[in-house]
Amino acid sequence: MIPAAFDYVAPSTVDEAVRALVEGGEDAKVLAGGQSLLPVLRMRLAAPTLVVDLSGLTELTGVHDDGDSLLIGAMTTHYEVQRDHLIREHAELLCLATKTVADPQIRHRGTLGGALAHADPAGDLPAPALALDAVMVCRGPGGTREVPAAEFFVGHFTTALAPGELLTHVRVPKLTGWGAHYEKFNRVSQAWSIVAVAAALKVSDGVVAEARVGLTNMGPTPVRARGVEEALVGEPATAEAITTAATRAAEGTEPGTDGNADAEYRAHLARVLTERAVTAAVNA
Amino acid sequence: MRITVTVDGVDYSDEVEPRTLLVHHLRERLGKTGTVVGCDTGNCGACTVHLDGHSVKSCAVLAVQANGREVTTVEGLARDGLLHPVQQAFHDNHALQCGFCTPGMIMQAIDLLADDPDPDEDAVRHGLEGNLCRCTGYQNVVRAVRDAARRMSPGAGPDVERVDERAVVERAPLHTGGGE
Repeated sequence: MIPAAFDYVAPSTVDEAVRALVEGGEDAKVLAGGQSLLPVLRMRLAAPTLVVDLSGLTELTGVHDDGDSLLIGAMTTHYEVQRDHLIREHAELLCLATKTVADPQIRHRGTLGGALAHADPAGDLPAPALALDAVMVCRGPGGTREVPAAEFFVGHFTTALAPGELLTHVRVPKLTGWGAHYEKFNRVSQAWSIVAVAAALKVSDGVVAEARVGLTNMGPTPVRARGVEEALVGEPATAEAITTAATRAAEGTEPGTDGNADAEYRAHLARVLTERAVTAAVNA
Repeated sequence: MRITVTVDGVDYSDEVEPRTLLVHHLRERLGKTGTVVGCDTGNCGACTVHLDGHSVKSCAVLAVQANGREVTTVEGLARDGLLHPVQQAFHDNHALQCGFCTPGMIMQAIDLLADDPDPDEDAVRHGLEGNLCRCTGYQNVVRAVRDAARRMSPGAGPDVERVDERAVVERAPLHTGGGE
């Protein structure tokens, strides 16, 4: 299978890339790592007239310590994220979730920014980004703006990125010393999550001081399990308390039904996987 | 668009359409038919090659994205008529039935050994999760990779593949993905 013909530009600065996107109009498509886009082009599910390849934008790679947060370039690959010492120390949840993305070859090419901007409901990085209160740094023809993860994911494969706008960096507030775990449920190797749970907890003197729980594929966008978070905070980090809190995992969610699972089964998975994820995060 | 790609140690300069996939460029323009097209959907890993020393699925990379970079295919592994230790281990352990997945399995196995020079069975299976064998020959593949790890101790990596440094078998430097 061969993609339909397209024009190709590989800008060397973000400003050039934004200009190319604006000029290309709605038929222009951004190419980051290409691990979602190229299969789509090959199957001709999309046929952009212009592809703007970001791989020359070295200014968008790498992880920078920015005080109380990490600033991660959107073109940083999954492989780099999963091995980065700053991320491991201050945002371990992101590191753990990234390790479960697809397979090693795809993690060598795929990028953090690409996965977030793609906004696949079954993708593994939006829920951790949401749980970590990450902020998306976006650059468009009008300048730079910062969009909290909670406002960035707006629907199936849809984000708050405006036409001509590019996700350039992801700002992740440091959660140093927190326990974290990403519990992913799928049936076969390298498959997307049927449901997954991202959990990060701060436990002091055996009591849950703070809790973040994000759900993958429990709706068109990633969602926070606010009921679970509320139930956990202030309680002792015991198996009983976690089991009780996990019963609220599917509250307020709108899971879909597809060939992998129906909505009821997804709600069941959310509860079971939340219990596992929180337990593992407490014991991490 | 004109691109120059170093493939198995040789520079090739060609005019390509932007939509040309790396795997098609390798096979149809450069005659590197050792790299095969399996599923054509990015799942099976049969088309795995190394791009600047790291494994990629060449059906999910545009040829233009390899411009100025170095590609190693399964055809570039043997030296002076001697098979690469991973190739030899696949041969000795009968790690194939039909053999179609083998080029990708071998390229991914080398990548795995660059990151983890002594993987246990679980690590081998996870490291090869992007490569599918429809003959279900995984048992001997796992055996071959572990055998190759023993033969290659202390490790594989981009340095071992570099054409101008023959017989260098050192652990790869950390920044290129080896040695941890």
